[in-house]
Amino acid sequence: MVVNASQPVLEMRGIDKRFPGVNALSKAALRLFPGEVHALMGQNGAGKSTLIKVLTGVETPDAGEIRLGNELVHPECVGHAQQLGISTVYQEINLCPNLSVAENIYIGRFPMRHGMVDWKRMQQDAVAALKALNVDVDVSLPLGHYPVAIQQMVAIARALSTDARILVLDEPTSSLDEDEVARLFDTLRGLKARGIAILFVTHFLDQTYAFSDRITVLRNGEFVGEYLAADLPRMALIEKMVGRAIEESAFARPAEDNNAEHAAQDTGAPLFSAQGLGKRGAVQPLDLEFRAGRVLGLGGLLGSGRTETARLLFGIDRADAGSVDCGGAKRQFRSPADAIRAGIGFCPEDRKTEGIVAELSIRENIVLALQARRGIFRYIPKRKQREIADRLIAQLGVRTPDAEKPIGQLSGGNQQKALLARWLATEPKMLILDEPTRGIDVAAKLEIMDMVKAQCRKGLAILFISSEMAEVLRVSDRIAVLRDRRKVGEIDGAGAQERDVFRLIAGAEQ
Amino acid sequence: MSRNRLFNPALLPLAVTSLLFVLTFGYGAVAYTGFLSSQVFLNLLIDNAFLVVVAIGMSLVILTGGIDLSVGSIIALVTMVSASLVEHHHWPVYVVVPLCLAIGAGFGALMGCLIHFFQLQPFIVTLGGMFLARGLCYVISIDSIEITDPAYMAIAHHKIMLWGENFISINVVIALAVVALGVFLAHYTRFGRTVYAIGGNERSAVLMGLPVGRTKILVYTFSGTCSALAGVVVTFYMLSGYGLHAQGMELDAIAAVVIGGTLLTGGVGYVAGSLVGVMILGVIQSLITFDGTLSSWWTRIAVGVLLCAFCLLQRGLEHGGKRQLAAA
Repeated sequence: MVVNASQPVLEMRGIDKRFPGVNALSKAALRLFPGEVHALMGQNGAGKSTLIKVLTGVETPDAGEIRLGNELVHPECVGHAQQLGISTVYQEINLCPNLSVAENIYIGRFPMRHGMVDWKRMQQDAVAALKALNVDVDVSLPLGHYPVAIQQMVAIARALSTDARILVLDEPTSSLDEDEVARLFDTLRGLKARGIAILFVTHFLDQTYAFSDRITVLRNGEFVGEYLAADLPRMALIEKMVGRAIEESAFARPAEDNNAEHAAQDTGAPLFSAQGLGKRGAVQPLDLEFRAGRVLGLGGLLGSGRTETARLLFGIDRADAGSVDCGGAKRQFRSPADAIRAGIGFCPEDRKTEGIVAELSIRENIVLALQARRGIFRYIPKRKQREIADRLIAQLGVRTPDAEKPIGQLSGGNQQKALLARWLATEPKMLILDEPTRGIDVAAKLEIMDMVKAQCRKGLAILFISSEMAEVLRVSDRIAVLRDRRKVGEIDGAGAQERDVFRLIAGAEQ
Repeated sequence: MSRNRLFNPALLPLAVTSLLFVLTFGYGAVAYTGFLSSQVFLNLLIDNAFLVVVAIGMSLVILTGGIDLSVGSIIALVTMVSASLVEHHHWPVYVVVPLCLAIGAGFGALMGCLIHFFQLQPFIVTLGGMFLARGLCYVISIDSIEITDPAYMAIAHHKIMLWGENFISINVVIALAVVALGVFLAHYTRFGRTVYAIGGNERSAVLMGLPVGRTKILVYTFSGTCSALAGVVVTFYMLSGYGLHAQGMELDAIAAVVIGGTLLTGGVGYVAGSLVGVMILGVIQSLITFDGTLSSWWTRIAVGVLLCAFCLLQRGLEHGGKRQLAAA
């Protein structure tokens, strides 16, 4: 097959895919040219993931055709797609934590010697493959021993190690810090130069523009258009994704929020305060204050101890120093149940594994925490459950035909809203939100942030954690800045700029 | 992150099992005269050869995160089929044995297909297989059938002399060959590594493009074949076919696999560990026999305590691993 730059290496046309009750894709289309980076953009539920699943053989389309070069292909399973030269890195890391790093890169394509797996060569190859990504780890240890960022790099190394013509990256950067993203992009630029077509799904606009040549936008499962990145201004892109015109600068702080009238209210006793709370190996002892009606943001880079702090506050990990002051009484949470009793709710970072129960309905997911707090002997009548669920679904704008749908069928943003609803149903005094906007699109992010703020103003204290500094700046009344598992400062949220936070983070080095 | 380490933590349960075996054997050597002899050790192999064979098949099943409850019943069925064909129909051993293996493989493959194609729970499917095979025994005969065939007697009584007066039986050779095959399959073939991948995370294994369905069917086929081979070994050992043979052996096999350091949830463990697991069960039995005053049910009590201790150990190791990571 002759590949030239004017002929697409991949062409998907008229792809339809129906799931029970939803038209996930209708007449979706996508073209990929060799040696280009192509961003696939769209809101949650726009059909990006489904389109990728169709391409990689996870789902079979109901209609439409996929052409590789000039051949019509029907990827039947992931292995088949790999043979066709389509390799994928998924958003949630799909590797085996029990296998060694080296095996995770090469399983399915082991180097063989005398009919046996050649462990020595595989490990040498793995070291080399990871070195190309600037990752230096012991490849013979199980993957589960390493943090998420390294696992993500291993997933990428695996995808790169096949002779792929097309590399699909589904949100590859959502768990990487800036250094790692930069390194990844360097590697991808090298691949691009070799003529590999890269399909890139991301919610980060900066990355889209820094890195992609061409952009395809999907909305409601339909093809909106294909654009050269250089010709499409950011606002135009967002409007195409959302389907309507929206205000300037997505993350700009609403103006009425910036006046300092709240400052006076912040002098009273806090609702909760962490005093010297810490755990060896997780977080250095730190002080934090949570006030009713206030959002405290936690700023810091990946690995700075944000999630660890949240886990201590909620009693998931037991602190070995300090305590939490709950309105006068000093407490040491031994388990999440203690924290819940004290009136704290927690939306975890990884909503797939720690948050939603995918098989249960939205209603059941929403009343879960409330029922747990009441105990199993005080069953909430179904009618009452429906009332609570319907009220919160309306209040938070969860997009679903009804509350009885399995939550797993909702898009990421709507799942996140349902999780918020779960904790709001328990009417907590304080809510910890760990990365509530991760992996969801810009419009839904804004919606969630505004909702957080609105709930907060009703008298809830909120701890807001996000790896995107702009989001933390947007919603927080105060921002506690972490560096290397240590609190390095606290700044007022109103009028704060990213550089103020980064100055604190950089502080010690200067 | 430190690149130097003395020991792969996954090896620790195996090391503990091996050490425990040496200690138990050592205790026997001190406590009972005549215990410390190479023939006592070899007898452990001779008397437990069938358990070794089933345990190897079971290891691979458990490594995928599955379970096979049908093994004991398949053993009984194979002893019945063998005895009946040999005694009542005078079929030669070289026809009967391959036929038995085919029955076991077919049984396993059928269960594997049900588990894969219909997404059924391995526990329920193999429980069904267990009742079915046990029931089929009584279709052949409700009584025990003694084997008097000269070829069978010759194989059963054949002693392979090692050094001095020490010997092993043909069964031991079969068992050790199965161990070697199991270790080779698990650690040096694509099939084996796919088994570990499925046990680690089946969904990931599918998304990595691994042949998950084929591997699962093959694993149950392998276990079925191992059970049938164990049935052949039992036939040589007992020289009879009976529907009550190998009652509850599936549980012994599972115990041996877990004590051998394999995680019941799959994905972690060493096939060779199951051999050591069986040897521990064997040595406990020998100790109780040598003692003479204890009822044989004490074996069960000891095994029960050991099982719980090993599950605790594995949980402790998981915990330790996480702490290590947090500190790094």
